[in-house]
Amino acid sequence: MSSTLNLLVGLAMGLNLLALGSNRLPSIIRAAAVQGMVLGALPLLMEEKFHWLVALVAGGTVGIKGFVIPKLLRHALRAANMDREEGPLIGFIPSLLLGAAATIGAVAMSGALPLRPEHAGTLLVPGAFATVVSGFLLLMGRTKAISQVCGYLILENGIFLFGLLLIRTTPLIVEAGILLDLTVGVFVIGIIVDRIQKEFDTLDTRKLTSLHE
Amino acid sequence: MNVALDILLRLLVWLLLAPLLPGIINKVKAWVAGRRGPPVLQLYYDLAKLWRKGVVLSTAVSPGHIAGPAVAWVALVGAALLLPLGADGAGVAFRGDGLLFVYLLAMARFCTSGAALDTGSAFEGMGVAREVSYAVLAEAAIITALLTLGLQSGSVSLAHMLAPSAGAGAALLAAGLFTVLLAENCRVPFDDPNTHLELTMIHEVMVLDHSGPPLAAILHGASVKLMIFAVLLAEAVLPIGELPPFTAATALLGAVLVVAVGVGLVESLLARFAFRRVPLLLTTAFLLCLFALMAAWKATRIENIQTSTFNFQRPIVCARPNAAPWMLGVEGRMLKVLPPASRGDARRSHSCQGGDA
Repeated sequence: MSSTLNLLVGLAMGLNLLALGSNRLPSIIRAAAVQGMVLGALPLLMEEKFHWLVALVAGGTVGIKGFVIPKLLRHALRAANMDREEGPLIGFIPSLLLGAAATIGAVAMSGALPLRPEHAGTLLVPGAFATVVSGFLLLMGRTKAISQVCGYLILENGIFLFGLLLIRTTPLIVEAGILLDLTVGVFVIGIIVDRIQKEFDTLDTRKLTSLHE
Repeated sequence: MNVALDILLRLLVWLLLAPLLPGIINKVKAWVAGRRGPPVLQLYYDLAKLWRKGVVLSTAVSPGHIAGPAVAWVALVGAALLLPLGADGAGVAFRGDGLLFVYLLAMARFCTSGAALDTGSAFEGMGVAREVSYAVLAEAAIITALLTLGLQSGSVSLAHMLAPSAGAGAALLAAGLFTVLLAENCRVPFDDPNTHLELTMIHEVMVLDHSGPPLAAILHGASVKLMIFAVLLAEAVLPIGELPPFTAATALLGAVLVVAVGVGLVESLLARFAFRRVPLLLTTAFLLCLFALMAAWKATRIENIQTSTFNFQRPIVCARPNAAPWMLGVEGRMLKVLPPASRGDARRSHSCQGGDA
């Protein structure tokens, strides 16, 4: 079980780097979606006994993060009529290297943390740290609204991964609530992206710095 | 006497088999494109033809123009002799020959580049600049890959490093080394070996002014280099050194063939990358090797914890005679953290405490 878990979390860490190194917006969306699906399936793997509520939340996470949110984002992308990130604030190679440094740092650091013994051998904690840092990098370093949304999604994936440590004690209704918030958030961002595109003819968030009367 | 014969035999294998690989790659490319393609032995004919021809020299060049390819060829063949072929070790092996291997490859590149710069042609200078700037990133990847293998086997000798399989990070290491192979041998996503446009050439532009036997040495050296990287990739990933001799030789041959076919397929299916995209791909290769290093480091640490809990009473001595001093440090720290019970007991007592709380 632990090795399958590590493999999936390792896959999620690889997808972080894919999102950081790619300059095409559809592939960033795909990376965030696949990562959400991989992490959404983890609760099924971590619970020994099959429970219908766990299965429901896992199915809902996979469905919403893997299909609904990417569909909304792709719709916004099509409306905005573009597919490349140009002129990022942090270049692709530096952000890739920073993400890799964060991943390696997280793995090295997790050895020094006082973790519970059942979590000590897994990649859950380093995976969560690396994913959160990668999400922050995407949020800070990119100028297009869509890649910032993807950064936000990856950040949320990292927090979800961290929350898996507490899966026995957190009520699953909290997870369901977060999922609903996330969907509504992306839905609203999709509408905002459309408005920004109509108003400014670009999705460059650097132009959104001053208020008009 | 026996040793000399052994080295001579290995030398013959390397020198005679190496020009076969470009032929196989070209055959695969022709097959994918639906052409008949040049014969597999084409490079042998080319080498024989070039060897009989005279040398045309520019008036600007120094003797270094001829010496460069010769030294590069010798360096590459020397690097080839350091690699083990199959189960029974390398032709020349000593402690730390992995370092010499990296330096010999670098020296070959330095000599080819020097000979190209010697002509004073602007095009060749441009090719050298590109080749060397790609090499900076590719060398980082290959050094990381060798570090990974060294950490896993606890040795700095190529014969020991390459004998077992790469373990946890084998897939990462394979992907990283394959990308380095494509970059170092000027294959398609990085360079096009068939290009006739000077502006986009990298390796080809460096050898534009060579002719006759020096060009033959360069071409043969390039094929030896391709075989070096294919053998390195095969032996790093597969546990070839641990198989019986005949199986090992067959497995190695099969793996090198697979690599050659893979290169041919990549060349048929991919277009070459724009120059500014290449550093990203090479950085990715470096990161793949780096993550393989991390996986190897994690694996050795877990192994160290297990050995240290089993032999707790013994003083802290590393199980590996050649292990680096910092590995000792890691083991020592883990010893302090764990109680003198076995790992299973530790887990049970912890979970009991959790239940009480």
